[in-house]
Amino acid sequence: MDKRTLTINMGPQHPSTHGVLRVELEVEGETVIRARPVIGYLHTGIEKTMESKLYHKAIPATDRMDYLAPMSNNLGYCLAVEKLMDIEVPEKVKWARVILAELTRINSHLVWVGTHAMDLGAVSMVLYAFREREMVVDVYEACGGQRMMTSYIRIGGLAHDLPADFDRKVRKIIKVLPDKLEDYEKLLTFNEIFINRTRGVAVISAEDAINYSLSGPMLRGSGVKHDLRKDNPYSGYENFDFEIPTGRHGDAYDRYKLRLEEMRQSMRIMQQALDGMPEGPYRAHVPGVVLPPKEDVLHKMEAMIYHFKIITDGFKAPPGAVYQAIESPKGEIGFYISSDGSNKPNRVRVRPPSFVNLASLPALVEGRLLSDVVCAIGSIDIILGEVDR
Amino acid sequence: MGIEERIPDSIILTTLDKMVNWAHKRSMWPLGFGLACCAIEMMSTFMAHYDLARWGMEVMRPSPRQADLMIVAGRVSVKMAPVVKTLYEQMANPKWVLAMGACASCGGVFNNYAILQGVDRIIPVDIYVPGCPPRPEQLMDGILKLQEKLKTESVKDRREEWGRKTG
Amino acid sequence: MKDRIREFLQSRFAEAILREETFRGDHSFHIRPQALMDICEALYQDDELDVRYLADITSVDWIGHEEDKNGRFEVVYNLYSLKHKYRFFLKAFLPGDEPRIQSLTSLFNGANWLEREVWDMMGIVFVGHPDLTKILTADELEGHPLRRDFPLTWEQPQFTWNKDEPPEVIR
Repeated sequence: MDKRTLTINMGPQHPSTHGVLRVELEVEGETVIRARPVIGYLHTGIEKTMESKLYHKAIPATDRMDYLAPMSNNLGYCLAVEKLMDIEVPEKVKWARVILAELTRINSHLVWVGTHAMDLGAVSMVLYAFREREMVVDVYEACGGQRMMTSYIRIGGLAHDLPADFDRKVRKIIKVLPDKLEDYEKLLTFNEIFINRTRGVAVISAEDAINYSLSGPMLRGSGVKHDLRKDNPYSGYENFDFEIPTGRHGDAYDRYKLRLEEMRQSMRIMQQALDGMPEGPYRAHVPGVVLPPKEDVLHKMEAMIYHFKIITDGFKAPPGAVYQAIESPKGEIGFYISSDGSNKPNRVRVRPPSFVNLASLPALVEGRLLSDVVCAIGSIDIILGEVDR
Repeated sequence: MGIEERIPDSIILTTLDKMVNWAHKRSMWPLGFGLACCAIEMMSTFMAHYDLARWGMEVMRPSPRQADLMIVAGRVSVKMAPVVKTLYEQMANPKWVLAMGACASCGGVFNNYAILQGVDRIIPVDIYVPGCPPRPEQLMDGILKLQEKLKTESVKDRREEWGRKTG
Repeated sequence: MKDRIREFLQSRFAEAILREETFRGDHSFHIRPQALMDICEALYQDDELDVRYLADITSVDWIGHEEDKNGRFEVVYNLYSLKHKYRFFLKAFLPGDEPRIQSLTSLFNGANWLEREVWDMMGIVFVGHPDLTKILTADELEGHPLRRDFPLTWEQPQFTWNKDEPPEVIR
């Protein structure tokens, strides 16, 4: 080891690492020679926990992985189980799930822009972002009763019917949020300090991005036009008209603009979904697999018997393996469920987007200044609950 | 008939305990120690909608040597436990610990090889706030109860505690 | 696209492909573990198929089930073609006592951490990996947690009738 280098530990407890991430940095002066992220400080064994539970009961465990986009995780898992059991959900459920997934995207990107700007010095951004986030969390609370770990999207449909004021609340978000995004742009986009700290920082080229298996805004920021909502659509996304923003240079500034534009496209999708929302049941009718609606359980005998059997004993899945990937705000989250024919899954694998994106941190940071490490970690948009599971 | 009648109105008489507790309660600085999902609700509590600065706590120090209150927000895994213990020992007396959420209080939803069943296995906890995650109002209720608990503390106990070694 | 991949693999690696199956729309090939690197390199070099994105590497433990006769561990490679937007899987079975397979880090940089995680959680050794160390579990934990014979290790919660005894760990 060269005696001129200094090893700094950016420890598990740090205000800018967005959780418990440890980065071992070898610096020479201000230049980073080597960066090595160390993870595992939040390892919870969620995959093993999900394998010890019935299919329905594993849904709350999926909420706690990416805790800024809980509906997204629920959706991925439920789509995977529905693919395994070959269940077709009603149209209203598909459209409601699209609205909830896009609200989740807005939620996650708002927290991202707030904390990223706070790391770079613009501390007041985090206050504005969390104020807007309260509107989204208000919708979550109206739907499922919980602000964050909703577990609202269930196998075969939704937990309860959409609330009566869902339409009004979501339309209010669509009306109010574009002006707030304009305010954020006025604060940050042409701000000389922000541009100096993010232009040309944490650059990754398109071939490197594909080779490192990046996904989400990291991949699109480098110019690769790949979005699972358009390429392999799920849950009715092919019915909506929206665009996929891509960057050109692959640096942190492009990713910032890309995420703001994604929020605008999300609102476009939500507007179309609200205008054309069909009527219908909020759960598929597959006796023995999907829980019957609560009103039937309280009044009809067969529904109560099915409810009892599904809760205590679950349902038997056919042997085989499925993989379902969705486009979460952080990237491609995929659920690989391998079933052996019994009522519990043999293997549930979550393909974590933040884990794979974080592996590219050395490539983004080596050779650059020490303060670029903070910008790079923020720009990758990691969430440690998903990295460590 | 006592001394209060002979002194002008700008002097207040009180006990040392009450004054010290009042100072502790009004300006407690929390350590920014968010581990997992509860950290987001903790951040929401500090932000403008549910403001925690009303009770003098908006200064969230990242360094443990300058903080008084450690809010353990989130699940403590077996790999993270020595780090939590080191941080607790680095904090200067007087210090308080608030276990936020079900995972910090008792292991919560996760009961397996990787999660410590409650952070009170390694450090002494003053207040437990249940919830998964607790609403901002619940966290504020916990903090206010901690402030009420402070009223029962006395300078004499602290002096004995400082004489003892921590650990 | 499905036929092109099948034709490509059958023409070049007919003896390495053991089985092909499609389940619920997911297309997968069971291959011999020794042929993995050759197949992935051939797919990488082909410009027309453009299979250059390794989405995921995962593993399944089949102990106690009838698939155990093929091998206890199954390693699943999730490959994606960006040009044709097509996903398919390569699956290899490994024996239980010494599971070893060639590492793909020389071809895909993204395989680095994915293989480290499979080693840490399931115990499969990737030959040629630059840094095969623990990544997720605690340093003092011995064993590989995701194996089916590693217990979940849960603690009996304490109620009023057993609150004075130390917590009981159930393996």
